[in-house]
Amino acid sequence: MTEPTRHDQLDLEPTLYEHHVVSPKVYLGVFGALLCFTALTVAASYLELGVFNAVVAIAIAVTKAVLVILFFMHIRYSSRLLKLTVASGIFTFLVLITLTLSDYISRAWGLW
Amino acid sequence: MDSQVIATQPTSAHGEHGHSPHLRHHFATVAQQREAASFGMWLFLLTEIMFFGGMFTAYLIYRNWYYPAFVAGSHWMIMWAGTLNTTVLICSSFTMAMGVYSAEMRNRKALLRYLFITLCFGIVFLGIKAYEWHDEWEHHHVPGLNFSINDFTHVDQRYPQDKPLAPDMAEKTQAYFSLYFMLTGVHALHMLVGVSILVVLLFHAWRGAYTTGHMTTIENFGLYWHFVDIVWIFLFPLLYLISRHQ
Amino acid sequence: MSSTSIVLPDQQTATMPKRSYLNSSYGLKSWLLTLDHKRIAILYLITTVFFFMIGGTAAALIRLNLLTPGGELMSADTYNKVFSIHGLIMVFFFLVPIAPAVLGNFCIPLMIGAKDVAFPRLNLTSWYLFVAGGLLELYTIIWGGIDTGWTFTTPLSTHYVNTHVISGAMGIFVAGFSSILTGLNFIVTIHRLRAPGMTWFRLPLFIWSYYATSIIFVLATPVIAIALALVMLERFTGIGVFDPAKGGDPLLFQHLFWFYSHPAVYVMILPGMGVMSEVVACFSRKRVFGYTAVGFSSVAIAVFSFFVWAHHMFIMGISNYSALVFSLMTMLVAVPSAIKIFNWSSTLYKGSISFDTPILYAFSFIGLFTIGGLTGVFLAALGMNIHLTETYFIVAHFHYVMVGGMVSAVMAGLHFWWPKITGRMYPEMLGRLAASILFIGFNLTFFPQFILGYMGMPRRYHAYPPEFQILNVLSTAGASVLAIGYILPGIYLLWSLKYGKIAGSNPWRAPGLEWQVQSPPLEENFIETPVVDFEAYDFEWLAKHENEVQTVG
Ligand code: HEM
Ligand SMILES: [Cu+2]
Repeated sequence: MTEPTRHDQLDLEPTLYEHHVVSPKVYLGVFGALLCFTALTVAASYLELGVFNAVVAIAIAVTKAVLVILFFMHIRYSSRLLKLTVASGIFTFLVLITLTLSDYISRAWGLW
Repeated sequence: MDSQVIATQPTSAHGEHGHSPHLRHHFATVAQQREAASFGMWLFLLTEIMFFGGMFTAYLIYRNWYYPAFVAGSHWMIMWAGTLNTTVLICSSFTMAMGVYSAEMRNRKALLRYLFITLCFGIVFLGIKAYEWHDEWEHHHVPGLNFSINDFTHVDQRYPQDKPLAPDMAEKTQAYFSLYFMLTGVHALHMLVGVSILVVLLFHAWRGAYTTGHMTTIENFGLYWHFVDIVWIFLFPLLYLISRHQ
Repeated sequence: MSSTSIVLPDQQTATMPKRSYLNSSYGLKSWLLTLDHKRIAILYLITTVFFFMIGGTAAALIRLNLLTPGGELMSADTYNKVFSIHGLIMVFFFLVPIAPAVLGNFCIPLMIGAKDVAFPRLNLTSWYLFVAGGLLELYTIIWGGIDTGWTFTTPLSTHYVNTHVISGAMGIFVAGFSSILTGLNFIVTIHRLRAPGMTWFRLPLFIWSYYATSIIFVLATPVIAIALALVMLERFTGIGVFDPAKGGDPLLFQHLFWFYSHPAVYVMILPGMGVMSEVVACFSRKRVFGYTAVGFSSVAIAVFSFFVWAHHMFIMGISNYSALVFSLMTMLVAVPSAIKIFNWSSTLYKGSISFDTPILYAFSFIGLFTIGGLTGVFLAALGMNIHLTETYFIVAHFHYVMVGGMVSAVMAGLHFWWPKITGRMYPEMLGRLAASILFIGFNLTFFPQFILGYMGMPRRYHAYPPEFQILNVLSTAGASVLAIGYILPGIYLLWSLKYGKIAGSNPWRAPGLEWQVQSPPLEENFIETPVVDFEAYDFEWLAKHENEVQTVG
């Protein structure tokens, strides 16, 4: 079929995304990493790190979440539109948290 | 048809996919339909992020206000249960990903196997969670319904190194437990929905619905399942792992 | 300047198309189970108008009660319930859904050259969710009401009132999911189902503003859902997320509530702005001045609207520093709105304007929204806000934007697309009359409230000091005029269903894709997929192709 379809003519947003099949090896690797990080975060919580206990816990959780999003949820192989969608969700989430917290923190400077 | 003002092209030009039986009339190609479906699913997940976002905001504020109460509350979490549940969910996410892969490979047997294992993991998770809730009920840790500050104003032999809280701060453990029940409750609700959908999917998969090239349903369900997993990935350190070393 | 731009086909010979979405199938079931976006739009139209009548009745009662300083008509408690019902119904069951779900559902697929929205079944589901939420709200009203105001302020809503807060909140919660699904559907539709050649910058500006609206639906609505869920659970089981005795913070509820509700006020204006762009362009027969600026300002409004919510909380004890930031941000959000007003005015400038009903409503919009928006900037100034907040000045501000702005725009849109929706014209002279009555009635009702508020009359009380009576009487008198302004279109639009002149496919000679198909459109919208090779608002293109329309049989 040589005639361009309605689809090809949708300029700006090429929708003919090539469908990427992620190999089970990648899944297995991510799976292993997730398990390791779980062990790590449990272990870290038993160490005395001061404020860094929270920092480490959050950092590990974020890493795990990123792994899941990128590989299990295929965002790494998805169109720019989907990547932007995920980013905008996280962005709005951060707006909610930071702007609310900015009020709470500046209500009592230094007491936080 | 009289005449027409706008240039058109015959609707039959469906591209190489032709008239796939799964193609709904208002989509031009299967790829377009598939992308629309996963885009829609992601938008739905955005709303989920914001839904949990409200509770996470509350958590951050109260944790900073009542840190000792949050530590004390967190020390009553059953560590083995939380850790096990985290592991269970990660395993289920892996099997779910493998399920999507099997659907892609059009391997009905493997798909069924992986979906079934995922379902089992989901049920195990809910079981363990229920066990924990039961434990908290027994200890009078459920704000509003069954709560007593007793555990937090006295030294408990199970946690001898915890200093008792002042009664005022002990009251604030309710903020912790309120959020704990909200967060884990809403999460478990999502799990319950997921498990129920899985049962339906298993049935359809058994009849071979997803292994003929039409797998958006499985793909989208996978996205949902992974999202629920991600929520737990955050809940676990936030609720269970506050200052375990104390 | 011509006095009219309507070109109707010769009424002696004109006929309604034999086949259209209205007669493709018959019976109640074919409507209740329809997946056709046009029919779903009609379902929404009927339900939202129904809720508008309830909300309107409550408004009439409020104004009647305020006729006298003593508030003789109702007790304080009843008054509280009536204004709560008015706010809840009007915001969540009329103004939020009417434009997206009615005009959006009907027009978006037609405008972008698609056969339907991306997920027709989801579309129907969201109507049913809306109805379920509405029924819960009706239950709430009938079984004793709710008196928290539309804002569900904690701890009032969680501890101090014993009205039906749970079912009331549940109704909003359920209807919220209807909004979410509608927004989701629109975003995917706009991204994925545009006809070939329909690039982003060829889209009618209507689509841009509905896209912005949908973003707000998807990202903001879940936050009010969780806030209300927490309120319900706090009442039901006593968890303490907002309860100070248990360590909760009532102010956090305000944060979460307004994180949704401020963007939501833009949900209640952005679609109106979309209608405005279409109407202004069509009736001045010019391309909208500064297409890109208008398009991007819609998106800018949607994005900025997430950064300003605490302007509703200035006197509630938020920190001075963040009040400062939010005040500044609020003033910034007025900029894109102003850009739009300027651009529409420039479009009208030297255009060949014809004064038909839709453009009269559009003029209303421009005037009233400008006043409403500017008073918003007054309110955003911290010092002014302390004086004016919780007074009738606020009431006047938001009625100017929501009723003066959005409802005018909805009326403009309804009249503009009425021939497309029904295939028949409304009576033009009555239409102009109603538009004028509405404008006069509106100003008479709400302008006095600015003065009242400035003089210090607080909102949400059933009685007031006698010196405020004159202005209140004026306001009530205006409300009666306003009521006529709404009832009249209700009557003649119904009348026109049967007796209206046959409109033909493009009575306004408008260039949008939706006007190039027959009215009412076919169930599948387009017989063949259109290929778009012209820009939006291309009146010259249209002139070349006039009277060539897709019809069947
Ligand atoms: C154009 C720029 C706008 C600005 C700068 C603005 C500013 C404000 C401010 C500062 C307040 C808070 C007043 C107070 O409670 O002390 C307010 C209230 C309000 N505004 Fe606006 N506004 C704007 C547009 C709109 C629009 C377009 C709508 C709706 C279509 C709207 C609806 C409302 C409502 C409903 C309230 C009162 C909520 C309540 O307390 O019940 N505003 N506005
Ligand atoms: Cu606002």
